[in-house]
Amino acid sequence: MPTKKRNNHEQPQMGERMPSIIRIQNVAKIYQMGLEEVRALNGIDVEIARNEYVAIMGPSGSGKSTLMNIIGCLDTPTSGLYELNNINVSDLNDNQLARIRNKEIGFVFQTFNLLARSDVLHNVELPLIYGGISSGDRKNLAQEAIERVGLSDRSHHKPNELSGGQRQRVAVARALVTHPSILLADEPTGNLDSKTGEDIMALFDRLHKEGNTIILVTHEADIAAHAHRIVHIRDGKVEKDEKVKNRKIAHAQSVVS
Amino acid sequence: MIRLLIGEFREGMVIAFRAIRANKMRSVLTAVGIIIGIVSVTLMGTAIEGLNRAFNRSIAAIGADVLYVQKWPWGGGQDWWTIRNRKDIRLQQSRVLEKQMTLARAISPIMGARRTVKYERKYIESVIVIGTDADFLETVGTDLEFGRFFTAMEADGGRPVCAVGSDIATNLFPSENPIGKTIKVGAFAYRIVGVIVKQGSLLGMESLDNRVYVPLNRFIGQFSSMRGGIQIWVKALNLAEVENAKEEVRGIMRKVRGLSPKQPDDFAINQQEILIQTFNKIGGVIAAVGLFITGLALFVGGIGIMNIMFVSVTERTREIGIRKAIGAPKRTILLQFLIESAALCLVGGLIGIAIAFPLSLIIDQVLPTVMPLSIVFIALVISVFVGVVSGLLPAYRASRLDPVDALRYE
Repeated sequence: MPTKKRNNHEQPQMGERMPSIIRIQNVAKIYQMGLEEVRALNGIDVEIARNEYVAIMGPSGSGKSTLMNIIGCLDTPTSGLYELNNINVSDLNDNQLARIRNKEIGFVFQTFNLLARSDVLHNVELPLIYGGISSGDRKNLAQEAIERVGLSDRSHHKPNELSGGQRQRVAVARALVTHPSILLADEPTGNLDSKTGEDIMALFDRLHKEGNTIILVTHEADIAAHAHRIVHIRDGKVEKDEKVKNRKIAHAQSVVS
Repeated sequence: MIRLLIGEFREGMVIAFRAIRANKMRSVLTAVGIIIGIVSVTLMGTAIEGLNRAFNRSIAAIGADVLYVQKWPWGGGQDWWTIRNRKDIRLQQSRVLEKQMTLARAISPIMGARRTVKYERKYIESVIVIGTDADFLETVGTDLEFGRFFTAMEADGGRPVCAVGSDIATNLFPSENPIGKTIKVGAFAYRIVGVIVKQGSLLGMESLDNRVYVPLNRFIGQFSSMRGGIQIWVKALNLAEVENAKEEVRGIMRKVRGLSPKQPDDFAINQQEILIQTFNKIGGVIAAVGLFITGLALFVGGIGIMNIMFVSVTERTREIGIRKAIGAPKRTILLQFLIESAALCLVGGLIGIAIAFPLSLIIDQVLPTVMPLSIVFIALVISVFVGVVSGLLPAYRASRLDPVDALRYE
């Protein structure tokens, strides 16, 4: 049941090919480690358009995690400009960032990060609670998101009653439920066997086709090959920004609605 | 906005009770501190309430419009030796008051002694024997249950008649009519003419019903010498005139006792009010000390809660990270842990009340009281308050966690 992505913030801009959803200009992130300054990001520029499917790749220590944290509004840059959906988030305070995360970003983590004591429905509902959605609407939206990842029959299971792949799909449903501007996935297949990982990648392919903007952070070339574009990060800078020629199309092994 | 808060609040409650249920043993052990605190606070409150009630009931029997002219002031405060050396109050002064006072409804001179009272083979030891006049009943504002009080003529003539309190009547005459019977007060025979209605006891100590009333003119000589001091009880015309009557008494007494204008009073005019003030002072101290000690118990309980909340926050660092990542603002995290801490204390408070209630029934055996609803309510408010206060620091720490660090926490 494909659901059309809601475009809450679409602002057509004249003279541009595609409206940018993410605009990162000359962003630096500097950590103070004792006496030493560590430049995790060293003046990076990235632009991502709506409905793009981008993989951010880089070895560990390249600054890709820091970039992901900044894109995900979990962290703010030391200097430079970051616009998400035309909102300048570089200098928002913690609570404003929390609000942006709630409305604009759907996270999918390597370790799923579900609430262990809550069932699937409640886990998926959680962002809506923080968004102040009434409980009736919440149930409907959550059920809809659970349906989109094909777990309708599991909505009252606890995470420990689900397989790894199912858990990750719950996480995806939680990320989708607020109809965010971007889906930000951090090594989403890292804790899954390759077959289940393939299932999840198929799910991402489908969500992308449905109009979602997907950003994939990974160090596996195999996984990155599912994206349309790969941004290679090294030493806190963009090393290479390439279009993927031979896109890998994931084939779902199990039945995903 | 309101819906958002309600949603967050409900979510907080759900999380709190889920967390408490998930750590039953730990929650119960932690709550023990609060339980003990609440039990002691409610019991202390109940006991204080009982003390107040008993006092108020006793005080009502004394009468608010009666002035007690005595050598000794109630409530103390003055130098013992000075008072000791005051001249006694004399019967003759009572007569002057009776003659001159305009604002008095009744005046009775009073003398007291303790004697054993006997009837046939039954006896009661250490009964208060009061010598007074025929106006006594009107002065103290009580009534007779049976018979009559002695008349003015019997009083003046010092006849061997008496009225007895209801305890004396029931104890000496369990199955007989006491009227007309002759009892022995000390070594002397008295014929009972009346029984006074039951008046209860003063703070459960000295029963007002365990007394014998005899004519003062006979009392002097048999139980005391003429030289002994008396008290004078003066009933004011009405409650509104009490203060004026007091001034009138003072004026007459000063004159009759020959005090020059510069000398201080060498007598005391006592009132129920003084007793109330004294009691309130003592009661206040008892309450303050009691509540301080029980407050300490609650404080210790609160520290326990704080400790466990820190543990809880640390354990759930990752959960906090997840919640923050998906958009929970600081306020929500703060609220969540405050609710958890308050809920823990509230559960402790409820258990505490459930334990304290049967215990209060035991107190009821000593001090007639019931646990007032207000104390139950206050106890619950206090437990929530302790929860919020003890949860404040851990919750604040949780709300300040950096989401990146919290998500990485193992």
